[in-house]
Amino acid sequence: MPAAEAAEVIRQHLIDPEICIRCNTCEETCPSDAITHDGRNYVVDAAICNGCNACISPCPTGAIDNWRQVSRARAYSLDDQFSWDTLPVQQAMAPDAGNAIPPDIAEITALATAGQGGAAPAPWSAACPCVNLHTLAQPAIATITGNYRLTADGASADVRHIVLDFGSSTFPVLEGQTIGIVPPGADANGKPHHVRLYSIASPREGERPRYNNAALTVKRVTQDHDGHPVLGVASNYLCDLPRGAQVKVVGPFGTSFLMPNHPGSSLLMICTGTGAAPMRAMTERRRRRIAEQEGGKLMLFFGARSAEELPYFGPLMNLPQDFIDVNLAFSRAVGKPRRYVQDLIRERSQDVARLLADDDCYIYVCGLKGMEAGVAEAFAHVCGEHGLDWEALLPSLLAKGRYHLETY
Amino acid sequence: MGVDYSQKIPNNVDLSGDKALQRALEHWQPGFLDWWRDMGPDGAQGYDVYLRTAVSVEPSGWAHFDYLRMPDYRWGIFLAPQVRAREIHFGEHKGSPAWQDVPGEHRANLRRIIVTQGDTEPASVEQQRHLGKTAPSLYDLRNLFQVNVEEGRHLWAMVYLLHRYFGRDGREEAGALLERRSGDADKPRILGAFNEPTPDWLAYFMFTYFTDRDGKFQLCALAESGFDPLARTTRFMLTEEAHHMFVGESGVSRVIQRTCEVMRERRLEDPVDVRAQGVIDLPTIQRYLNFHYSVTIDLFGADQSSNAATFYSAGLKGRFEETKRTDDHVLKGATYPILAVDDGRFVMRDAPMLNALNEVLRDDFIKDSLQGIARWNKVIEKQGLAFRLQAPHKAFNRRIGTLAGLHVTPEGQIVDERTWQAGAREWLPSDDDRAFVASLMGPVKDVGKFASWIAPPARGINNQPADFEYVRFN
Repeated sequence: MPAAEAAEVIRQHLIDPEICIRCNTCEETCPSDAITHDGRNYVVDAAICNGCNACISPCPTGAIDNWRQVSRARAYSLDDQFSWDTLPVQQAMAPDAGNAIPPDIAEITALATAGQGGAAPAPWSAACPCVNLHTLAQPAIATITGNYRLTADGASADVRHIVLDFGSSTFPVLEGQTIGIVPPGADANGKPHHVRLYSIASPREGERPRYNNAALTVKRVTQDHDGHPVLGVASNYLCDLPRGAQVKVVGPFGTSFLMPNHPGSSLLMICTGTGAAPMRAMTERRRRRIAEQEGGKLMLFFGARSAEELPYFGPLMNLPQDFIDVNLAFSRAVGKPRRYVQDLIRERSQDVARLLADDDCYIYVCGLKGMEAGVAEAFAHVCGEHGLDWEALLPSLLAKGRYHLETY
Repeated sequence: MGVDYSQKIPNNVDLSGDKALQRALEHWQPGFLDWWRDMGPDGAQGYDVYLRTAVSVEPSGWAHFDYLRMPDYRWGIFLAPQVRAREIHFGEHKGSPAWQDVPGEHRANLRRIIVTQGDTEPASVEQQRHLGKTAPSLYDLRNLFQVNVEEGRHLWAMVYLLHRYFGRDGREEAGALLERRSGDADKPRILGAFNEPTPDWLAYFMFTYFTDRDGKFQLCALAESGFDPLARTTRFMLTEEAHHMFVGESGVSRVIQRTCEVMRERRLEDPVDVRAQGVIDLPTIQRYLNFHYSVTIDLFGADQSSNAATFYSAGLKGRFEETKRTDDHVLKGATYPILAVDDGRFVMRDAPMLNALNEVLRDDFIKDSLQGIARWNKVIEKQGLAFRLQAPHKAFNRRIGTLAGLHVTPEGQIVDERTWQAGAREWLPSDDDRAFVASLMGPVKDVGKFASWIAPPARGINNQPADFEYVRFN
């Protein structure tokens, strides 16, 4: 096995031997014959399982729905699994393999998902993500192949669409994952700058399909959260990069904020500002697959100060209405009352309630920290109007990987 | 094809394309609903129950959960998808295309197989009809009702085959399935174990562990059948049967867990002291196990049976995991060791395998059953207790086959009748045991609460928490 492949982190599918009753349903259901058994245990062959999840809902016990992150080289073998009485605990990824998620990235992730009590499991039909293939010690080098301003010339915010080409580096990403940019140089204390995380804004096969590239949505930071002037190191570095420039990239990261892949699955997306990046990636993924006629609804609530400051406003307006239900909230539109995404969620109460109650609908919230509470209150309100109980619903949404927050 | 729910009888067999059959089944349906009202769960018809209903036979579609009143459950006809160009892979017709209709020469045998299987389904609902009054939690109550409605659906599965493929005889047999009653001396159910009462929840868990596991093995053997509609029907039934075994295995495990927690925390060993704490002592659990195990292994039939040989050679009923076995799948000349008694001692005697196929299936069942017992022992071991449960000897308490009528202890010692009678109190549940267990039974209807004698489950149903409102009493 080549070193890069051996170090690849996989989400290994395992069956809990303490709960499993050996009914054979999973083995019977598995379309790729990845499940087998001996006299003791039912086990999953990591080399065959493609994470299609066909076995998950037929399992009567829930024993089937267990996953461990392991490097491919250290995936649990069938013999390991046959010998178990209990599932092994999740091992910290061995630092000596160069695979540890860097502490500052773990910290950012923890903060971004704090609003929902830590990362929820990925949707059951999410594709298996690769993570941390490129580390600070050995970053990938990407080339800038595009750098476009997304906001109108007169807008106060400079938001840019930046396309990175990974050349011959392996860099598989999924919609909703992030990558880390390592700005060159050092801070005032002489320490290297911290890595900054950006959500991928393009679908998995790339902004330009099959050319090993990805797009980011980057806002040039000119003031801090409190409005004091400050020049963001990484965002200004990125926004100023010309075509052809090279940049150090680590990652990818993220195993939770991923989109469902099963036909008929719906997306309810709520975002503000550059929180649009993962929504654009997911929407674009679905748009490119329109011909597959897989069904499912797309509903978007998108907030910005004004139309001029809304990234991707033009392309968004060009999407067919029967493909995506777009709801825009502008908080500073001239001559109009201030409107926020939570106001629109309340206005569309009936449709939102239907999606909340639909087990095939997955909900994504991305943007500034401040929107979390407002969105949760709006959901609670919608639930109250339609005989649902948000407090009761939320845990099951989280447990089923149907609710994903990423706020900063 | 998808499940058509617009019809009176939901189905994925294009029932509306066969008007005569549709009429016949719609004629049978009111009788079924009457039977359900009279013999289904007692006093529970108005409850809203968090039930699983199949909305399609695809993996993503057959576990759809919602609140439902049981009489509104959409009993229907669901066959697993047809395998293109499926062949018969055992017996004398090995290699021929699977039959889509009943071959005339096998008609009587197939009907008998289907009727025998079909009869167990309503029987178990009848056996369990009073248990809802003493459920140890809403979670357990919901699981009981899920098992009940799905046993009802399994009856539908067999009745469909009888109506569709067996003409007038089939219709009469389908009617008779609603006439027999579990435990009724005048019109009993066909198989012995299905006339035994299921008086309490420990018996129920043992029944769903052992006897529904017998169901699994019978269904697996029928899922190999050369008669394709039977194979497809039983294949889908197996996905539902899995839940029933789960209820049994996890139920017994939770009873053991609770008992062991109490024994460890309060440092108790004597069954009398343990019982005083309102939990079921381990020796009583062992006696229940002995009873249900021995009664269930009788269900596989005589150890040597010419019928079993005929069913196999004719391609009607295969072995468990037939396709995974590496022999010739014809078995002429093959032998199988069978337990027998010679001069007062147990010996293994080779018999023609074809005649011994009941024994082959029984042994597969035993192997599988032992695994669950081993898991239960892990629960005891985790609590640091020395007690271990074990399956009794295969010859213990048998009523069918060459081992019937022998006096054999659970350890496998052949004894005289007097010794056996004297020991039976230690080996099988006594009236006292049953009275004690019955004294613990009482309904727990508060959300998230569990009776004193059983631990909460490790996981709820459909990822819901244990304190979910699984049943609403209205």
